[in-house]
Amino acid sequence: MILSEYQQEMLDGKYGKGKAMAMQILEAVGDSFEAQRMVPISRAHISLSAQDADVWFAEKMGGAGAVCAVPPTVNPGYCVDYFRSKGVLDEKAVAHMERTERAYRRLGAVMTYSCTPYLFGNIPHYGEVVAFSETSVTVYANSVIGARTNRESAASAMCAAITGFTPEYGMLLDENRRADILVEVQAEMRGDFDYALLGLLGKKIGKGVPVFQGLPRHISTEGLIQLGSELNVSGAYEMFHIVGVTPEAPDLKTAVGGRELKRHVVITREDLDQALEEFSPPLRSEVEFVILGCPHYNYDQLRQVARLLESGPAVVPVWIHTSSAVKDLAGRTGMEEALLEKGVELIPDTCVDEACCWKRLAGQAGVTDSPKASYYMRTFGVQMAVRDTESCIRWAQRGRVE
Amino acid sequence: MSQVFRCKRVSSGIVEGEALISQDAILFYYTDPATGVVTEDGHCLKGVSVKDKILIFPGGKGSSSVQADGMYRLDRDGSAPRALIVEELDTVLVSSAVVMEMPMVYHVEAGFYDRVKNGDWVRVDTEKLTVELVEKD
Repeated sequence: MILSEYQQEMLDGKYGKGKAMAMQILEAVGDSFEAQRMVPISRAHISLSAQDADVWFAEKMGGAGAVCAVPPTVNPGYCVDYFRSKGVLDEKAVAHMERTERAYRRLGAVMTYSCTPYLFGNIPHYGEVVAFSETSVTVYANSVIGARTNRESAASAMCAAITGFTPEYGMLLDENRRADILVEVQAEMRGDFDYALLGLLGKKIGKGVPVFQGLPRHISTEGLIQLGSELNVSGAYEMFHIVGVTPEAPDLKTAVGGRELKRHVVITREDLDQALEEFSPPLRSEVEFVILGCPHYNYDQLRQVARLLESGPAVVPVWIHTSSAVKDLAGRTGMEEALLEKGVELIPDTCVDEACCWKRLAGQAGVTDSPKASYYMRTFGVQMAVRDTESCIRWAQRGRVE
Repeated sequence: MSQVFRCKRVSSGIVEGEALISQDAILFYYTDPATGVVTEDGHCLKGVSVKDKILIFPGGKGSSSVQADGMYRLDRDGSAPRALIVEELDTVLVSSAVVMEMPMVYHVEAGFYDRVKNGDWVRVDTEKLTVELVEKD
């Protein structure tokens, strides 16, 4: 890889040890992928997780004096104020999150604590080169917006933010963005949840860049978020195309761009049903809690839940994860209060994958509309069956499945 | 006679150990840091420990932060593999290995995969850019 004079100086330590360390890591990543050069980024998003490795690395870079050239937005950790008020967090967990925040603030991060930065706070435009980590963010930016980012880890996105550069390879290059798997969807898509199920078919679709054909011309933002998010539960996808919908796929020919199609996959309603059957833990007769908002719910989704609860309040806890921005908005419109009256709490700044907040639900019967939430919460023993939002809310109103 | 195969380097190290082969992609989050045992349901290595192994697998999977966290905990608790040999690179796995300073190579010559078996003694040398199947007496 050939570095510019400025990049080389950074590597040599002229701008401090922190920048030099970040550049070393990026150089190793670039060399591994046989990148020819480094290119500037205009945005970064870091999948802050408040997990051990995350804090260790943020402190290591901050301790070496690194400050971000491109201030990154960050993923959720957990909302100390909320969970402490519920008596859930012990002092150790409180201290850990506060430590995470200090480490990121020292680096100059923008503490958005949201996994949907592309909706608020960090919205790239078509063709923009960015360094986004958090798998559902990466795939959305590439696929739906047509920005260019690799599937960065928290560490590589942080190094890009610190230096302002990323090695040019993978999804930054035209040829790798073209589709090489044709996915013909014969199933009729009935709602957003079907896009989550479609995303669970990663094993059937196979590794590569899929182009979906046969989907409706108008797909909700939430459906597109679900598709990308769940493709990264069942596999590892940087990008997908939908003919007539996503910007690099006005038609099939353009999406494929002369690349050889290595697979042609047909998806039927049976495939979607089977995906759910195989993925979801079994439903139990009782429902003791509902978790929604993975990825973070937007305002329209709050409205949908409010509408579903018009027929009566939830009798078991319903927790919705969302961004502070959406929660503030819900506060101003009266939505938050209305939901609270129906037994729904909005939790800001928090990821479902935080054992210290949610492990207490282990053993209880939960449901969620997010396969990703179900997948990650299993790691600490919380079992949630997966169904569409309507079913989750209906059962929350009864406390059981019927 | 030992057999030597060319490879490419992701992160540096000269290490040797017992080969452990996985047909499935690996997310290190699904390992027990205390023992190195793979805990993911349905994984071909479920119940098997990666500790001190030269781990041969197709590539990584899973979300962008948990891979690094899994590797970090294994390393912290002394249960990490000694080296990683992969077929396909992804940014998350590559940057995690670099940051954790876990030796990792890729694109090993095809003959290696025809010969290597679980339990073989394997030496990885990222200076010479070789993976060696060591014949033991």
